[in-house]
Amino acid sequence: MLRFILSRALTLALSLLVASLVIFAVIEVIPGDPAAFMLGLNAEPDTVAALRTELGLDGSLPERYLRWVGGMLTGDFGISYTYQVPVAELVGARLGVSLPLALFALLLSTVIALPVGLFAAARQGRPTDWAIMGATQFGIAIPNFWFAMILVVIFAIQLRWFSAGGFPGWDQGFWINIKALLLPAIALALPQAAILARVMRSAVLEVLSQDFIRTARAKGLNQRQTLIHHAFRNALIPVLTIIGLQFSFLIAGAIIIENVFFLPGLGRLIFQGITQRDLIVVESVVMLLVFAVILVTFLVDIAYALADPRLRRPE
Amino acid sequence: MKLNKLFITAAASLCLSLSVAQAAQTSITVGMQLEPPNLDPTGGAAAAIDEVVYANVFEGLTRYQADGSIAPALAKSWTISDDGLVYTFQLNSGVQFHDGSAMDAADVKFSLDRARAEDSTNAQKRLFTGIASVDVVNPLTVKITLSNPDGGFITNLAWGDAVVVAEESIGSAANNPVGTGPFKFSRWVQGDRIELVRNPDYWGKAVALEKATFKFISDPAAAFAAMMAGDIDAFPGYPAPENLPQFEADPRFAVIVGSTEGETILSTNNKRVSDKRVRQAIAHAINRQEIIDGAMFGFGTPIGTHFAPHHPDYVDLTGNSAYDPAKSKALLKAAGAENLTLSLKLPPPSYARRGGEIIAAQLREVGIQTEIENLEWAQWLEQVFRGKDYDLTIVSHTEPMDIGIYANPEYYFQYDNAAFQKMIADLKLASNPADRTKLLQAAQKQIAGDYVNGYLFQLARTGVANAKIKGLWKNSPTQANDLTGVSWAN
Repeated sequence: MLRFILSRALTLALSLLVASLVIFAVIEVIPGDPAAFMLGLNAEPDTVAALRTELGLDGSLPERYLRWVGGMLTGDFGISYTYQVPVAELVGARLGVSLPLALFALLLSTVIALPVGLFAAARQGRPTDWAIMGATQFGIAIPNFWFAMILVVIFAIQLRWFSAGGFPGWDQGFWINIKALLLPAIALALPQAAILARVMRSAVLEVLSQDFIRTARAKGLNQRQTLIHHAFRNALIPVLTIIGLQFSFLIAGAIIIENVFFLPGLGRLIFQGITQRDLIVVESVVMLLVFAVILVTFLVDIAYALADPRLRRPE
Repeated sequence: MKLNKLFITAAASLCLSLSVAQAAQTSITVGMQLEPPNLDPTGGAAAAIDEVVYANVFEGLTRYQADGSIAPALAKSWTISDDGLVYTFQLNSGVQFHDGSAMDAADVKFSLDRARAEDSTNAQKRLFTGIASVDVVNPLTVKITLSNPDGGFITNLAWGDAVVVAEESIGSAANNPVGTGPFKFSRWVQGDRIELVRNPDYWGKAVALEKATFKFISDPAAAFAAMMAGDIDAFPGYPAPENLPQFEADPRFAVIVGSTEGETILSTNNKRVSDKRVRQAIAHAINRQEIIDGAMFGFGTPIGTHFAPHHPDYVDLTGNSAYDPAKSKALLKAAGAENLTLSLKLPPPSYARRGGEIIAAQLREVGIQTEIENLEWAQWLEQVFRGKDYDLTIVSHTEPMDIGIYANPEYYFQYDNAAFQKMIADLKLASNPADRTKLLQAAQKQIAGDYVNGYLFQLARTGVANAKIKGLWKNSPTQANDLTGVSWAN
């Protein structure tokens, strides 16, 4: 087991090294000098040079790469060129929006999708099943930003129940922020719920066709009891895998929804960083996301190995 | 039971937030498309910095007013020596920075010396390069000596880049600006909003607003929704002119259309397009009204030279480059440039992207092919502005009174004309208003006659606000959202 973990950890470290090289190289070749961008049209050349020195942009490429990686290893992600605050602080503040939004959307989509999928499976082939499958197809096809705009038109502009967007900040109270996140979370959750409901339905159907279900029915359980005690729990394994994938999508992929509702999330931070040539922010945030994904894969590998001894043997 | 309690708390907090919003007639929420990268107006060029802090948080010796004229600010009055070299400023007394420290002549000296220093990162350093020395005469008197007379010096001091800052607080101004203005910085939720509150110890006339919030919404559709939903009280630089008729029809809103200092031009690389006949042909191929209607939904004033039409010294030279495709073709034929292909590099603003497509079509009519390339700002700065690797580009030059840029042969237009350079040099020395007018008008005619660039239109400032708000700037003589005169009716 230890050998397995060590070999996985080595893979993790190598992947991070390669990722850091790729990210640094790609971002360095993007044209556009951050200092010139910040100073605009009328700046004198020596002013730009002075700012480059101040930002630590002079020095050779390998030198700057080592400075960047060395900083990250000691927990120093650098200072944003434009905001002039530590990148870690910026990311922390943005996670305060992106993380709750992703969790909220995930919760909504799960709460909607699981019962709906289970119900459709129980009614397989009947009109209710067809109706649910049709509705989920529709849900997958609707782009979430379009759905978001419709929500804004109805609930913010017409009914005026909600703000059209924005985020008050957690120090302003809990409910006011939940309210601000509700429409974006619904917009994000609907397409995810549609996907999840379909996965749930097929997983339940798969389980229902297995021998132990027949045994359960034979020992006298009715259909409802079989579904809830046997089919539902066994179907959860593929569903949880999909939920895990959806979560990382929701964290990093909510950028369009963040724009529609002008939420200060992680996606907008990267987008702003790219247009304003705040390279250190882009590099560090992308690296963090890569790290998060690789770490999750690593943990999942370990968890599988714990659950299934066959995976622990070296290939 | 527990759940019930939760719901009651939730409902109560919602009601509370609603009633607060309705009672607050001394606060304003202003929408802006771009978030400032930091809040130090002396350390960056981003217009969004001045749009938050100019006149609200920071003040200089002089300031711009809504009509574009210059008024005294921290300086109560000044005298200019007969040779035009020595400016003596009397400062207002009792002025305090927001941290409670007094503002005096030493702070003025520090601010100006810092801006013109060797290692200064001031984006408009050229405003200060004419200063030979700054001397503190007494705490309320400061003497500035120039190396050459400069008729525009008082105007230079009104720029946001020339505000007076304190040595002990400027280091952290990026995130905690400490100025002398009628509003104090309160907090910045990065990516969302900046809040200012009234400064109770302000030295001048107290402002009507108690609180001002700047909210950042980059997406035009979201900006529309936020205005309609009442989340935003005013959006002075409203990003989607196509929605303005809808706001105009709604009695809740007032549409504010004014002018800016932005001459929107088809900049031309005069080294590459070196034949004046070709540049003249391009000028006659352009139908300005079609561009204003197509790219700006009708908002904008045609210009024939690099000068703001609302300025008293403006000369209308649009006739000099009137739309005349036949003349354009003849000029191209005479120049032997009938199979011309030029690069047209476009930065992100919609005036450039939409306008660029219309201009490309208009140039095709007279036989000039264009290769359009869309660039991001950072790329544009590197390739076009610094690298001069372009034939044509479209950009709005938003700095006020910037015709002097044509005197720099290294500027990206690559226009090198000794006669013009002499006019600008003379202008710097001239302080008599009649002489200045004469020189400014000659300069406008010179660049129009040389067809240095294609002159398109003066960028309009289109804004939307709640109809009950009074005192917002209509025009934009400098990039600012001056809230000092803003109040709510009733």
